[in-house]
Amino acid sequence: MSRLYDFHGGIHPPENKQQSSATPIRQLPLPPLLHIALGQSVGNAALPCVQPGQRVLKGQCIAEADGRLSSAVHAPTSGNIIAIGEHAFAHPSGLPAATITLQPDGLEQWQPRQNLPHWRDASGSELRDFLQQMGIVGLGGAVFPTHLKLAARELQTLVVNGAECEPYISCDDRLMQERAADIVAGIGIAAHALRAGEVLIGIEDNKPQAIAAMQAACHGTPFRVVAIPTKYPSGSAKQLIRVLTGKEIPHGVRATELGVQCLNVGTLYAIARAVLHGEPLLSRIVTLTGAVADAANVEALIGTPLDWLLAQAGHTTAAEVIMGGPMMGFTVPDLAAGLSKAGNCLIVKSPAEFPPRPAAMPCIRCGECATACPMELQPMDLFWFAKARNFGKAQEWHLFDCIECGACSYVCPSQIPLVDYYRFAKSEIWAAERDKKAADLARRRHDFRQFRIEREKSEKAERLAARAAEQAAKLAASQAATTTVSSAQDDPKKAIIAAAMARAAEQQESKPLPDSHTQALDDAKQAAIKAAMERAAARKAAAQQSSDDSSNAAANPAGSTGIDNAKQAAIQAAMERAAARKAAAQQSSDDSGNNAAANPVSATGIDDTKQAAIQAAMERAAARKAAAQQSNDASGNNAAANPVSATGIDDAKQAAIKAAMERAAARKAAAQQDQQDPT
Amino acid sequence: MTLHATHIAKPATVSAVMLKVLAAMLPGIALSVHFNGIGVLVQLLLASVTALLAEAAMLRLRGVPVTPFLKDLSAIVTAWLLALAMPPLGAWWLIVVATLFAIVVAKQLYGGLGNNPFNPAMVGFAVAIISFPAQMAAWGSPLAPLDAAAQLQWIFSHTLPAGSALDAVSSATPLDLLKTGLLQGGRDVSQLLAGDRFGQLGNAGGEWIALGWLAGGLWLWQQKLIPWQTPLATLAGVVAMSGALWLAAPAHYASPLFHLFNGATLLAAMFIVTDPVSGSTTPRGRLIFGGLVGVLTVLIRVFGGFPDAVAFAVLIMNIAVPFIDQYTQPTVFGHKGGRRA
Amino acid sequence: MTTLLLALLIMVALALLLGAVLGFASVRFRVDGDPLVEKIDAILPQTQCGQCGHPGCHPYAEAIADGSDDINKCPPGGEDGIRKLAELLGVEFKPFAADAPQPKPKAVALIDEATCIGCTLCIQACPVDAILGSAKMMHTIIADECTGCELCIAPCPVDCIRMIPQGTDLTNWKWRYPTIPIKALKTAPESRA
Ligand code: SF4
Ligand code: SF4
Ligand code: SF4
Ligand code: SF4
Repeated sequence: MSRLYDFHGGIHPPENKQQSSATPIRQLPLPPLLHIALGQSVGNAALPCVQPGQRVLKGQCIAEADGRLSSAVHAPTSGNIIAIGEHAFAHPSGLPAATITLQPDGLEQWQPRQNLPHWRDASGSELRDFLQQMGIVGLGGAVFPTHLKLAARELQTLVVNGAECEPYISCDDRLMQERAADIVAGIGIAAHALRAGEVLIGIEDNKPQAIAAMQAACHGTPFRVVAIPTKYPSGSAKQLIRVLTGKEIPHGVRATELGVQCLNVGTLYAIARAVLHGEPLLSRIVTLTGAVADAANVEALIGTPLDWLLAQAGHTTAAEVIMGGPMMGFTVPDLAAGLSKAGNCLIVKSPAEFPPRPAAMPCIRCGECATACPMELQPMDLFWFAKARNFGKAQEWHLFDCIECGACSYVCPSQIPLVDYYRFAKSEIWAAERDKKAADLARRRHDFRQFRIEREKSEKAERLAARAAEQAAKLAASQAATTTVSSAQDDPKKAIIAAAMARAAEQQESKPLPDSHTQALDDAKQAAIKAAMERAAARKAAAQQSSDDSSNAAANPAGSTGIDNAKQAAIQAAMERAAARKAAAQQSSDDSGNNAAANPVSATGIDDTKQAAIQAAMERAAARKAAAQQSNDASGNNAAANPVSATGIDDAKQAAIKAAMERAAARKAAAQQDQQDPT
Repeated sequence: MTLHATHIAKPATVSAVMLKVLAAMLPGIALSVHFNGIGVLVQLLLASVTALLAEAAMLRLRGVPVTPFLKDLSAIVTAWLLALAMPPLGAWWLIVVATLFAIVVAKQLYGGLGNNPFNPAMVGFAVAIISFPAQMAAWGSPLAPLDAAAQLQWIFSHTLPAGSALDAVSSATPLDLLKTGLLQGGRDVSQLLAGDRFGQLGNAGGEWIALGWLAGGLWLWQQKLIPWQTPLATLAGVVAMSGALWLAAPAHYASPLFHLFNGATLLAAMFIVTDPVSGSTTPRGRLIFGGLVGVLTVLIRVFGGFPDAVAFAVLIMNIAVPFIDQYTQPTVFGHKGGRRA
Repeated sequence: MTTLLLALLIMVALALLLGAVLGFASVRFRVDGDPLVEKIDAILPQTQCGQCGHPGCHPYAEAIADGSDDINKCPPGGEDGIRKLAELLGVEFKPFAADAPQPKPKAVALIDEATCIGCTLCIQACPVDAILGSAKMMHTIIADECTGCELCIAPCPVDCIRMIPQGTDLTNWKWRYPTIPIKALKTAPESRA
């Protein structure tokens, strides 16, 4: 049972953990300000739900999860929100990120804590929602939203990650030594939620005290503490799972598919605090080490400015600071950034401990890197391809299996910064994929547009032909003549003629409109009102439609619902025209064999972005509509009925607009048809 | 701000690797000097000086910083390997020409350190043996070596002090002896090998030198600087091929032992096929690469026209390296046994 | 004499055989359509801006394929695009002409909704139907579908469309190419030492 597996490669860099691991976790005073970034997890940044100036209580949610792959953010202490905006962010890019700035009031006033006492009976989704609302994310450094990791059922093995293999870091070590009971409680909750068959707690054997503490805390539970050989990167989830269970999780496959899940001890502690005590994730243990006066582990509030934090450990110089470990961490571009949930360790670089990397020599293909690579890759080949920007080949050679552990960079005698090349190659490939997606979308939409224009042209030609026929019929001057003509034509032609007739009728109807509309309204006012009304109407229509049927909404923003009277008349006319044309359209679309293509929007389906755009427009409209309606009443319907003539736009433009209207109507018809008989 | 992803590194350098390789050659060199005389050192010196000068000149011409690349010692390694493969009494210009070719053409023109598809030392050797076969026979006789002065005189002026026979310079190596002996016919291998030039293991004196290479190679392996696959596979290839021939017709073919301890077999197995730049880098590829070098060495030795064949075997296999590497990629973590386990 | 004849015969037979093989191969492996145009089109950025002097990317691809136009006419594709085309077609890289439009960072159009009069002219100009709206209604641009072609800017009678450059943010930030290894430092002090 207690068989351990080995993984290929691995390295033994100097551990440098003793500097910080000897002393207990320190509590810190309240920092003067907290900069809480909204993007605290993998996935979407949270959406703020507070206003600047608002007072918040400790533990109050200040930003809600946006979608499934997102996690809520809470006020780490009571105080006032003083700003919501861009602020320095702990990210290698150095780009700022949306951040809520909180000024603590020193009262530490909690909002009523709500725990989940009945977690044993809670359904999986209830527990997951709870954890999402509590802002629990993976605290090992990857900040993957934890609620998503608890989605599995009937898990074979729950692997608890207490390996902490990176040099310098000792936050998990201290946490296990001091708060083993809570961690084990968290394990209990997770194991229950996942219905885990067995629980294996992997701790590297260089942490004997942590092992002892965890063993003591696990006494009487079925959870097993397993001391694993110290070897970097055994704390990587894939490697740890391999060591403990012998299973290898391929790239792109979820561990749960193989019946395993891996959770970090810090995360489990946070789960216990949330579920049992109702405390959202407000703070985390951070290792402050490197060239600081007193290296230690501290419990710091999320959002604590990093420079303030380091000052607590006696650091004053302006040296570079690594966030994370020396193998996989990154140099923090701006120490004004607030601590994020990912920040497990801050290392102040000293030239003695971190000499600058010597200039890289060419790869001598010595194979050291391949020997060290825990993913059994051939790093020198990946390097070669990445350097030559031969990204296709790099992917073929499993670039995306690389976990960027840095073992290869560490051992390379040529001192090549190999991982730098892999990161470069990966982000280039992602960028190229984004570009390609965009280009493909543009190509599809352009091709469709070409097709649509062609179709409209041929329709127009048909219409003209029909009109000519109609005129001929009029010349014949009697109903009899008309019937002769129509019976002489086959069905589609009939439809076309019907369409033409309907249009003629409609044109007569709508002709008076411009004439009736010469009354003198104050130009400026008219324009303003009109603009507002139209926007509102368009949005309202879009809104209603999108709530009814999202695919229709974009197809027909000027839908027939909720538009004021005058406009309704025009639209009615257009609809009649369209209905007639629909018959023709049906034929032509049968010919083209692709009904869906008749409607660009419904054909491509409304994707999220579009829906979002519409949503945004809707919201804006809702507010404006009220105002618009008022002024609308005052100025009378007519003003809005025909803005074009009112503003006196010249004939050419009018013609263009007319054309556009017709097109819109046609599209609507097509959309309706689609709806009726979707292909 | 440094943007390197990995903030710490093992204090390893290319120079340190190369230095260890040079150190590993020392036992073999000492034995070689002992048996072959001062000529070996002269060759090493000539090769080293030529290599450094040529390297520096080429680096400058290529507009590449000279110092770091001279300091990496890779040129010296090439020079030494070449010098050790060459006959100890070869004329001074022979080693100079061979070294120049190795460094200028085989290494620098291909892009310098790390970019040469062929082992430079072996290219130099092959050029020398094809162009100057007569001079390449100057192996001397480990049984009756010339004294130091005579060796120097021969190397630099191509003359011998009165009283020395030319035979002392270009005495046939065991490989030559066997080949010519078999060609003349009449005697079988065991009779031929009874001569004193063949010693106990088929190469009087040479067998000790070979053991020196073996010792150096084992140390390098212990230092994790060379993998076990390539040398072992090379030796296995030699033994397998020669063993097969020998078992089939012991009267016509020498034993595996003879092949192991003659020519540059062990020097090559420990130091030449393990050259990482021109060799295979995958574990399975190394087995294939080494094994085929061994097999080819025996085949060319037995059936080919040149006295030793290691250089040709290595060069031929160098060509095949990209192909071998391509098809011997190790299975990546998690991809064993199909896409999903 | 007979050997000569024999040799000749063998050569002829060989020529016939190889000819037959080639002929068979060309029939058997014939590719339908003109994949070259599609391959070129796949490289072009699909901005559909017409800056190349063709009404869209596909026509330009056709022009390149039949040799009637150069490969350096597409500013949105950038030099990278030219390089890819050069590689595909096996021709020399060619920089943009000095007086031709130069590549610029990607931007997307934004309609000032308060000013828009709903004239629909921009819809007609947009090559990818990325503009939503209909007559006399406020128009809006779907930023994710906008290719940044700028074709909608000129037709707008009230000049309410602006191009918003797409900066780098955390979602599209890229790791840089690692610092160039020592080899390429042609002007490094040591090299002249
Ligand atoms: S460790 Fe460095 S020099 Fe050796 S093969 Fe890998 S990349 Fe090349
Ligand atoms: S960084 Fe990637 S290639 Fe390098 S050792 Fe780690 S997994 Fe292997
Ligand atoms: S210039 Fe514009 S239209 Fe022409 S190929 Fe480039 S992106 Fe397409
Ligand atoms: S061209 Fe300008 S005014 Fe006309 S619909 Fe487009 S954005 Fe509005």
